[in-house]
Amino acid sequence: MSGAAPYDVTARRLDFPILGRSVHGQPLVYLDNAASSQHPRQVIDAVGHFYEHSYSNIHRGVHLLSQEATLAYETGRLAARGLLNAACSHEVVFTSGATASINLVAQSYARPRLKAGDEILITHMEHHSNIVPWQMVCEQTGAVLKVVPINDSGELEMDAFEQLLNERTRLVSVVHVSNALGTVNPVERIVELAHEQGVPVLLDGAQAVPHLPVDVQALDCDFYVFSGHKIYGPTGIGVLYGKEALLNAMPPYQGGGDMILSVSFKGTTYNNLPYKFEAGTPNIAGAVGLGAAIEYVQSIGLDAIAAHEHELLRYATERLKEIKGLRIVGEAANKAGLISFVLDRVHPHDIGTILDSQGIAIRTGHHCAQPVMERYGVPATARASFALYNTRNEVDALVEGIRKVIGMFE
Amino acid sequence: MENLRDLYQEVILDHNRNPRNFRKMEKPDGFAHGNNPLCGDQIDIYLKIRDGIVEDVSFDGMGCAICTASASMMTLALKRKTEQEATALFESFHHCLTEDEPHPEDVPLGKLEVLAGVKEYPVRVKCATLAWHTFLAALKHRQDSISTE
Ligand SMILES: Cc1ncc(COP(=O)(O)O)c(C=O)c1O
Repeated sequence: MSGAAPYDVTARRLDFPILGRSVHGQPLVYLDNAASSQHPRQVIDAVGHFYEHSYSNIHRGVHLLSQEATLAYETGRLAARGLLNAACSHEVVFTSGATASINLVAQSYARPRLKAGDEILITHMEHHSNIVPWQMVCEQTGAVLKVVPINDSGELEMDAFEQLLNERTRLVSVVHVSNALGTVNPVERIVELAHEQGVPVLLDGAQAVPHLPVDVQALDCDFYVFSGHKIYGPTGIGVLYGKEALLNAMPPYQGGGDMILSVSFKGTTYNNLPYKFEAGTPNIAGAVGLGAAIEYVQSIGLDAIAAHEHELLRYATERLKEIKGLRIVGEAANKAGLISFVLDRVHPHDIGTILDSQGIAIRTGHHCAQPVMERYGVPATARASFALYNTRNEVDALVEGIRKVIGMFE
Repeated sequence: MENLRDLYQEVILDHNRNPRNFRKMEKPDGFAHGNNPLCGDQIDIYLKIRDGIVEDVSFDGMGCAICTASASMMTLALKRKTEQEATALFESFHHCLTEDEPHPEDVPLGKLEVLAGVKEYPVRVKCATLAWHTFLAALKHRQDSISTE
């Protein structure tokens, strides 16, 4: 991009009040963004302002506050539509998060269609939330879960994917960016191959939307899910994008208020999209916060964020590789900004505690991806994951911190 | 960083590097598998009991330094204890890691005292107690699997 202003990470950091605090007497170095990211003042203020000025229930009242609240909630939906470039806003269903979105598709799309012997195709690098809902629906229907293997560097084995995709496959569900390995999957190709067989595709974008531009129309995926709290928004709000025709053909997931047009004891007429899938009072302030978070991210630009995080990833990978006894788990050619690693003779849990004492927050454990851990023969990993506000200095602090860990265990 | 030395004391690091009684046991009288899904710690405990007395106890598995050291030290502390003494020792150990005031019935912890620093790290208490919970399971049910979650 010619003439673009250089990325001003110092200014960005000032947007995030929490980054000013200290932890155990040290400046906070927050590298647990893949678990949940922090919130800019713009999001905190939008939610605060909403509660102070416009809060009410939505869609129901004739009074002004209800109208304002409805408008604010629907503005959040428009923002999500824009983020994903969905064709229309009623293809954007608010849920409580990526997990709820996947369960909705499993129960409302897959379950009524599946017969014994049908197959659902996922991969070895899925988050538990893209495994267990399918296991449940398989148990309910007699369908079979098939798993695409991954290679030693953490990439999908696409040959195996093509072989596993067959006339029994009813749905493909794949993570866009892996939370345990950082791998960016070739989702365009996956959708293309699946569609050649007439199989719809769900993409789990929980780790993708904060880090790279996503266009569901260009991808032509059938479902796309993400969570608000990983893209600088609140918890308890997320999105299910679905193609209109598919969503229309699906029965409601939960029954209740707001998802109906009329109810009588003779029968009930369901509401239109997206309300058919939004039973009960939703997370109104969450949608407002998510809208503000998306607006914030877009004001910086996802291309600029991606470039910044890629540079951090490149630098961190180079520095971590200097450390003797450190092994990076997941070295796909196409990676987003996170690094899983293990140390000889030091358990990740100990790494986490010792880094924490230096103010450095990372994640340790299986990252809700136990099959990945098993694939690489480790009980757990330590994971540093980057956001738009992280700096090279923080990578240096991480490297120093790891050296202290090793020193302690020598 | 300074306070960390209370957690990772030399004795603990030593037990982590060279865990004692770190072996499988042929034909144990009691066995249990323990796991902490949060961090992936996995521990197997093997027991030999004669006339209500712990004759031998060993462990096997993979865990963090706190978990491994605690298991190692536990095997030393438990030898020749009666089942009641063993249970009382666990209770006292648990109080020491989780409560500010000792209980009147608490028994002396001896060398286990070095693990008291774990108290300042509440998320690590499960690491230090996994072996003990697994030991109690081995004692009680003989063939069960236990989880700290
Ligand atoms: C790849 C991926 N999918 C799904 C989820 C589930 O997100 P949530 O817990 O917000 O529903 C996560 C969260 O860690 C994730 O990383």
